[in-house]
Amino acid sequence: MKRQLTGYAFISPWLVGFAVFALAPFLISIYLSFTRYNIVTEPVWIGLGNYRNLFLHDPLFWRALVVTLKYAAVAVPLGVVTGVGLALLLNLELRGIAVYRTLFFLPSIVPVVATSVVFLWILNPQIGLVNGLLKALGVIGPNWLGSPDWAFPSLVLMSLWSVGGSVIIYLAGLKDIPLSLYEAAMIDGAGPYHRMRHITLPLLTPVIFFNLVMGVIGAFQYFTQAYVIMNGTEGPNDSTLFYALYLFNRAWRYLDMGYASAMAWILFVVIIGITLFIFRSHRRWVHYGD
Amino acid sequence: MSTRSNAHKLVTHAVLILLCLPFVLPLVWMASTSLKPETEIYATAAPANALEYLGTLLPARPHWQNYPDALRTVPFATYLQNTLILCVANVVFAVLSSAVVAYGFARLQFRGREFWFMVMISTMALPGQVTMIPVFTLFRELGLYGTFLPLIIPSLFGNAFFIFLLRQFFRTIPEELAEAARVDGASEWTIFTRVMLPLAKPALATCALFQFLHTWNDFFGPLLYIDDPDRYPLAYGLQQFMSSYGGKWAQLMAGACIFTVPIIILFFFAQKTFIQGISTTGSKA
Repeated sequence: MKRQLTGYAFISPWLVGFAVFALAPFLISIYLSFTRYNIVTEPVWIGLGNYRNLFLHDPLFWRALVVTLKYAAVAVPLGVVTGVGLALLLNLELRGIAVYRTLFFLPSIVPVVATSVVFLWILNPQIGLVNGLLKALGVIGPNWLGSPDWAFPSLVLMSLWSVGGSVIIYLAGLKDIPLSLYEAAMIDGAGPYHRMRHITLPLLTPVIFFNLVMGVIGAFQYFTQAYVIMNGTEGPNDSTLFYALYLFNRAWRYLDMGYASAMAWILFVVIIGITLFIFRSHRRWVHYGD
Repeated sequence: MSTRSNAHKLVTHAVLILLCLPFVLPLVWMASTSLKPETEIYATAAPANALEYLGTLLPARPHWQNYPDALRTVPFATYLQNTLILCVANVVFAVLSSAVVAYGFARLQFRGREFWFMVMISTMALPGQVTMIPVFTLFRELGLYGTFLPLIIPSLFGNAFFIFLLRQFFRTIPEELAEAARVDGASEWTIFTRVMLPLAKPALATCALFQFLHTWNDFFGPLLYIDDPDRYPLAYGLQQFMSSYGGKWAQLMAGACIFTVPIIILFFFAQKTFIQGISTTGSKA
């Protein structure tokens, strides 16, 4: 009995926090998603009204979903390819390689708000670094963040700039591949391409898988960069209206808390769905060494 | 053979340096802009060629005045102080509470342990958007809107990710150490504080670093809860500066440097903790 109590005493901080900051809000938010609620007055029950409006009468909701899915489908795979590519390069035995590793890694620890502010500056169409370099090469650069065609790719580029954190994870994965495998393959006459294709990449798939899952979950909660860069707006022609940004605006700009709760629940279901889908597929392409 | 491998090395270096540029240039440009007078930033004379343009990337002579100017435009010193208060409180509370809970999950036997552990792991998949509105309402009802407390209190109850990391670590510590103390009549609490915590220092340091970075970077929390400019932390203050003084690039970059340089210094002091922490994050999969 005493042992039971001691155990529960130790985990009690988390139990209390779980009840107050996870379970209760979780249940309350289901309820709120069926109400009209502006925080100041009591919530009013409207049944499926919010969900009906979202799915049938709100083009911005669909827009936000598309922008977010596009980001998950473009930025996340690009991040994986860039991360793996850089990790392979940085895994070479070379004098000074530690310096390169540090240089590639540094951008990923720059605070997100600072990164956003710096990109706003380097992508300034008149006097920014990028268009300055392009002009020096004789090319007129686009109005990056102010243009409906370039705003979204600009954010993707910015996400690639911070890829260094995942490079560290891939590097750790590469170090875990036993050298004996490569030696055996070389004895069998396998060239660099075959070693890459049949040893390195397959054995790296668990790490790639992890980064993919985290990347997709992150895409659905992508907020701060878009908010800071676009100063809280939805970007030119709604081109950077990310799901989490639209949800935030609904909740805090229009005080449409019931509607925002319904959006949060749809987000939750979509995240669970996509995560399960990736996990399902993972048996087909993820290899575990042992 | 050796000349060939030398040429090979040279090519690799060239490739690496070229690939480095897009990663390094924005940081150089941030620092150099923060040291340029406005006239130099807005100089419109088009450079004749790419080389001449590269020459203008660095300031003609460092104009340090941007820093005191930025500090006068908005109170960055106050923002820094607010950020530090939040960081210290969150690091201390989150690391200690997570360690207590992690020890319970790792080393104590009680009914329902596996069940609660699974529940804890699944809370990591719960997006913040789902809980944010009810939690906001709660803090507002308690009259804490506008104070630091909504940004600190949740740390008192442990962080699921830290609990997970620390539990893994506690499980690697040999049971005999705790058993010896138990035979001497030590309570679980004494074993935890005297035997386990000192051994867990590396793992605690990783959690402390992650929490520090998280709080330092946090923009969303202050966006929801802080409305008094005297209580802005740096992340929020910098964004506010940008939205109010759009064209003052030199001062804005000075602000960005004030916000970024401490993290870079921290990285050089705690490189091992950084790299190991991030590597473990990936390998837990």
